[in-house]
Amino acid sequence: MKQVKHRNSASKILILGTVFLFTLFNPVFGQEEVVADTAVATEASSGGDVAKGEELFKSLCAACHKRYKKMTGPALFGVTERRDTEWLYSWIKNSAAMIASGDADAVAIYEEYNKTAMNAFPQLTNTDIDDILAYVMVPKAAPVAPVGQELSQEAPSGVSSDVLLAILALVFLMLVVILFLVNNTLKRFAEANNIELPGQEERTPIWKAFVQNQFLVLVSTIFLLLASGYFVYGYFMQVGVDQGYAPIQPIHYSHKIHAGDNKIECKYCHSSARVSKTSGIPSLNVCMNCHKSISEVADATATAEHSKEFYDGEIQKLYKAVGWDEESQSYTGETEPVKWVRIHNLPDFAYFNHSQHVSVAGVECQKCHGPVEEMEIMYQHAPLTMGWCINCHRETNVKVADNEYYEKIHKQLSKKYGVDQLTAAQMGGLECGKCHY
Amino acid sequence: MSSNKKYWKSVEELNENSSIVETLQQNEFVQEIPTDEFLGDKSSLESSSTSRRDFLKYVGFSTAAASLAACEGPVKKSIPYVVQPDRIVPGVANYYATTIADGYDFASVLIKTREGRPIKVENNNLATSNGDANARVHASVLSLYDNTRLQGPKKGEEDIDWITLDKEVGAKLAALGGKELVLLTQTFASPSTSKLISEFKAKYQNVRHVVYDAVSNSEALDAYQMMYGERALADYDFSKANTIVSVAADFLGDWQGGGYDSGYAKGRIPKNGKMSKHTHFEANMSLTGANADKRIAVTPSEQKQVLAALYTYVTGSGSKSSLGADLDAQVIKAAGQIKKAGSSAVVVTGIQDVDAQLVVLAINKAIKSKAFNESTPRTIRQGDSKAVIQLVKDMNAGRVGGLLIAGVNPMYSLPNANEFKTGLEKVSVSVAFSMHNDDTASLCNYVATTPHYLESWGDVELKKGSYSLMQPTINPLFDTRQFQETLLKWTGNTSTYHDYIKSAWTGILGGSSWNQALHDGVLVKPSLPKQELVDAIEAPEGDVANVEAVPAPNSADQNVGAAARRLSIAKATGLELTLYTKTALGDGQQASNPWLQEMPDPITRASWDNYLTVSKADAAQLGLTNENVANGALNGSYAKVTVGEVEVTVPVIIQPGQAKGSVGLALGYGKTKGLKEEMQVGVNAYPLYKNLNAVQNVSVSEAEGEHEFACVQLHNTLMGRGDIVKETTLEIFNTKDHHEWNAIPEVSKNHIEYEVTSPEVDLWDEFDRSVGHHFNLSIDLNACTGCGACVIACHAENNVPVVGKSEIRRSRDMHWLRIDRYYSSEESFEGDNEKKDNIAGLGSSLSEFGEMESASDNPQVVFQPVMCQHCNHAPCETVCPVAATSHGRQGQNHMAYNRCVGTRYCGNNCPYKVRRFNWFLYNNNDEFDYNMNNDLGRMVLNPDVVVRSRGVMEKCSMCIQMTQKTILDAKRDGRPVKDGEFQTACSAACSSGAMVFGDINDKDSEIAKLKEDNRMYHLLEHVGTKPNVMYQTKVRNTTEA
Repeated sequence: MKQVKHRNSASKILILGTVFLFTLFNPVFGQEEVVADTAVATEASSGGDVAKGEELFKSLCAACHKRYKKMTGPALFGVTERRDTEWLYSWIKNSAAMIASGDADAVAIYEEYNKTAMNAFPQLTNTDIDDILAYVMVPKAAPVAPVGQELSQEAPSGVSSDVLLAILALVFLMLVVILFLVNNTLKRFAEANNIELPGQEERTPIWKAFVQNQFLVLVSTIFLLLASGYFVYGYFMQVGVDQGYAPIQPIHYSHKIHAGDNKIECKYCHSSARVSKTSGIPSLNVCMNCHKSISEVADATATAEHSKEFYDGEIQKLYKAVGWDEESQSYTGETEPVKWVRIHNLPDFAYFNHSQHVSVAGVECQKCHGPVEEMEIMYQHAPLTMGWCINCHRETNVKVADNEYYEKIHKQLSKKYGVDQLTAAQMGGLECGKCHY
Repeated sequence: MSSNKKYWKSVEELNENSSIVETLQQNEFVQEIPTDEFLGDKSSLESSSTSRRDFLKYVGFSTAAASLAACEGPVKKSIPYVVQPDRIVPGVANYYATTIADGYDFASVLIKTREGRPIKVENNNLATSNGDANARVHASVLSLYDNTRLQGPKKGEEDIDWITLDKEVGAKLAALGGKELVLLTQTFASPSTSKLISEFKAKYQNVRHVVYDAVSNSEALDAYQMMYGERALADYDFSKANTIVSVAADFLGDWQGGGYDSGYAKGRIPKNGKMSKHTHFEANMSLTGANADKRIAVTPSEQKQVLAALYTYVTGSGSKSSLGADLDAQVIKAAGQIKKAGSSAVVVTGIQDVDAQLVVLAINKAIKSKAFNESTPRTIRQGDSKAVIQLVKDMNAGRVGGLLIAGVNPMYSLPNANEFKTGLEKVSVSVAFSMHNDDTASLCNYVATTPHYLESWGDVELKKGSYSLMQPTINPLFDTRQFQETLLKWTGNTSTYHDYIKSAWTGILGGSSWNQALHDGVLVKPSLPKQELVDAIEAPEGDVANVEAVPAPNSADQNVGAAARRLSIAKATGLELTLYTKTALGDGQQASNPWLQEMPDPITRASWDNYLTVSKADAAQLGLTNENVANGALNGSYAKVTVGEVEVTVPVIIQPGQAKGSVGLALGYGKTKGLKEEMQVGVNAYPLYKNLNAVQNVSVSEAEGEHEFACVQLHNTLMGRGDIVKETTLEIFNTKDHHEWNAIPEVSKNHIEYEVTSPEVDLWDEFDRSVGHHFNLSIDLNACTGCGACVIACHAENNVPVVGKSEIRRSRDMHWLRIDRYYSSEESFEGDNEKKDNIAGLGSSLSEFGEMESASDNPQVVFQPVMCQHCNHAPCETVCPVAATSHGRQGQNHMAYNRCVGTRYCGNNCPYKVRRFNWFLYNNNDEFDYNMNNDLGRMVLNPDVVVRSRGVMEKCSMCIQMTQKTILDAKRDGRPVKDGEFQTACSAACSSGAMVFGDINDKDSEIAKLKEDNRMYHLLEHVGTKPNVMYQTKVRNTTEA
């Protein structure tokens, strides 16, 4: 029959559509990441132990030398080709003596590097030196190719999800059409079989009924007013609150890499937080304490979002600002201060002192600034509103241990309030004039 | 029943045929409203494409855009150092010891710097002399950030560079052709500069060095040289004197270099029933006269006679007194006191006369005064007026080829500036070393722009053996080079001035460390024997013009008798004018400093002006008047003052206590070159300063017009209100119970009298204030001299805005701390009280209260600093509708500016009237051109204190930022706060020890003792506000000899 044929075709389309969908999804799940292990275990040419050499190199030499790049001292890759091994033994053990003895090569290199003397390492045996040389002679690994491929493969899969959505929409549309058709068909069946369909009653439209019901109108108006009041209030209360503010900075500085991965103490860079009202944005000479020898990030630092080249570029920005010439390993004197965008802005009328909170109260930086060690770029974690300040003052106990200043007042006040531990609020931390002057 | 009456609005309506009435019936206005006038040019309006509709669209759009944009916060940049200097931690202040030596003010001070910017001047407590900054020194930090300063060297009007200047001037100096090269300088009192100038003299032959003090002390210097063989000023220590007789010496002001107030104040606080007795003879009402126990108003010529008589009565030799009986009796009393006190007495005089100075030195020598330090004369004034006058003559005669002018502005401050100008034109090369393009600099060929003292190196010998170092506290803001640096260059010396001082100091330092001396800022060498001291310092500055005119020291004794005789016959014709310097501006160097201009004069309480002070009697005779206009502001007539052919027109203030027959006028005002229009106030009085003598015979006549003063205190007298200023005499203080002379007011409750401090009659429940800190400020009315250093220190610390003359006139001054000055309407305040108590009946009260409104001819004066009293029961707190002002546990009355909505209820409810309302935005506002309105001037702002906006109340916070910092420092170190650590800006600036601040819960502190002192009282105690500021009753030493 005609109708049966119809039904068949509809179900066929459904099944076909589903199968098609699955075939589309399949390649996404099927994609297996095949990342080649790039760890190089190249055999050393001079026969030393590369692993041991690496250990020694990192502990003794890395402060001034790199394998493939000039630093305070020359790049060491290929040094055994440039110099005689015996010469290297004596140079490493006591370079000053060699210069003093007037060795031509020694004097030349001493002159070349602005008469920077190399430390003497008399504790190293020839075997140790061999190990180190073995390590430095490991050739530079070729850039890892699969990373790039992976990136290029990701692009089409992004497009396909859009297509997927479009197909899904189409399927839904089809379903609606099918439903309509089925309904029509059923109606036609009914007509053909003379079945009386229940007639629709004349009903007042719902909106008219709503308008007629004055109570309902009143209630919903009140509800609407309250709801809009709530949202308007919410909107106004967030004016000037920049929680989550994460401006683009002139240098992409990652707190995650510094404070998270490398576990640098916050106050190493923000040292004035201990003594001053401001935490202090570190001056560039503080950056250079480390970055004088770290001119590029490790390969492992690169993420899917930011490549190694990107991070290295950011370090170059620092060098440009501070006027550091990597070639000559010296400052050029041409500086251009970095104009950071200030994230945490307290209004002028609120006085906040970092040292009070950091040194006296011993509050963790994270308490207000959030999980900084996980932030790729810094953002404002706390709302920095007065309510937020006061809440903390109400909840936090004053750290009185080993502080003679608090001895008398704490004894008197805790007796007065009948508590063991005073909160900052009880100590007077809610008085207007403590923060507003 | 309706009336038939016809109402008419004007007589015109009675006239039936009046055209006006007709027109008015048709139109509301008789004349067509001139709409064209305010709509501007008709043709341009018609041609304009902006229709009314468009206009409204634009308004709507811009309003919407502005409100949308307002929701978006501004992007703030934060720029760290590239290499942070070791000693700078952002947010932490650094202090440097340095010295001001501008030729008028000499003081060792500490400079507070924040992020490398000097922001405040503090006293250097290590200094044994001149360690106390006065109001001008406190304000000098703002002069650093003056945007009218010159920014580089100039040749005429055009900017040049230093190389060109050195080359051109060098060539011209070499080609003087035998003509004299003259250095006209301020007093440097600098050993290294003296050495440098002598080297300069050796290099360029025929060099003369003339030292010029704008306000001359030449006679005192000459007299000292006659007596002691050295051209210096006598040094006094008033703390060692229990009897002080001053004849016109304003030693609490700027007399002989100033800096005497702390020593004086020490002797004024009654201790063991004793305090010093101070008798003062003078013509103008000065700060010193106002503080005296006994002030006798005498004209300048009478002063000389008084001094002669005093000499006679004290030493027993000399001529007979020619004074009137009353005055003579006063002199006899004073002489009696001196004789009784013996070596504990001291006599000083400010009369500009060699004879007078000689006589005073002789009296002090005769009584062997302990207060007079013979071994350490002061070297901070070295000007020689005869040499200056001679120089002008030589310039006009064409004998001067080159003129180098450093640190002085003779075109402004010389009486014969016109002669100087003609002389200057005859000089072939003239170089001005100046910070401003002032009157002199603008006439010189070259201006070698100099830095401010806070950007300079230097050394000063304040008095013999007391050295002080000057060091830069900021990198030079502009392309400037200090005078000494230039001299070094021109003498061919390649070292820097810093190195030069260091090498010059090897002798001075002896074995001690240079770094230590630089750190301390001062170095005192008391152990050196006298002769060695003379050798240690270089020759005095300047060449003494007429050596033969100064007799040899040994003949001095004979001269004194003759001098006294000459003094006794002094006579005057007509009115005598005494030119004086005001606390605020001094000699006028800092005239472009808005803080100083706005600082009210301690005596007249007028700011932004100088004026002729006239006695009431003379004013009546001359037809000069003062009156208060409807809004309370003071107006005064103008007077024409004539000396010889010089005539100036000045406004008049009728000054109680001004000696009849004398008038006074302040120097230092009326500058017109090199400063903003707002600062060009007052009248230049230097043209009257003939022969650099402060006393002149003048004729005064009434002139047209009325002057508008900006006077902040309208009520001059105390009117017997003993609850504001409590005063007693030493005799009563010593003999009677303190309940008698310092009674606490009482109120009656259920017919029982209670003291107002009793909890029985208190509206409020008392809080427990015994926990933690409780700050109190004590102000000793005996020690307060009214010098006003605290006022400026408060300005600097708390970012108090300057509002300008017209706003001050509207009583909108913003001073958080004012120093009220009260006169007595009777001879004494006691007399006032008696008179008030004896008033009976309405008639009597009307007439007698009226009389009490005017000060007496020679009133007693009292100074009372008033700031927010930080009441424990504060009336302001209860009326604030938004709880913007509230009380802290530490006793401070807090003011949250951001919460204030500006109802001003608090100001109305404050019994002390210490709250100040921001009528305008005083920063970044085009209507005001003071320091807060330019980037340079804003650098002086204290970053720890917010700058208030328009429409909020502000007031003294008792320097909560300072107390909080002290507490934080202690917390960080984990130690209790020591006594004396807590300070406010005013108490730290108060060198006289009148203001003491501290924590009364620290029972061993000085403030806790002062709180229990018998002299302690609170202002308006009967109001029951329980203030945290207390006053110490003023005690006057009225004991007769």
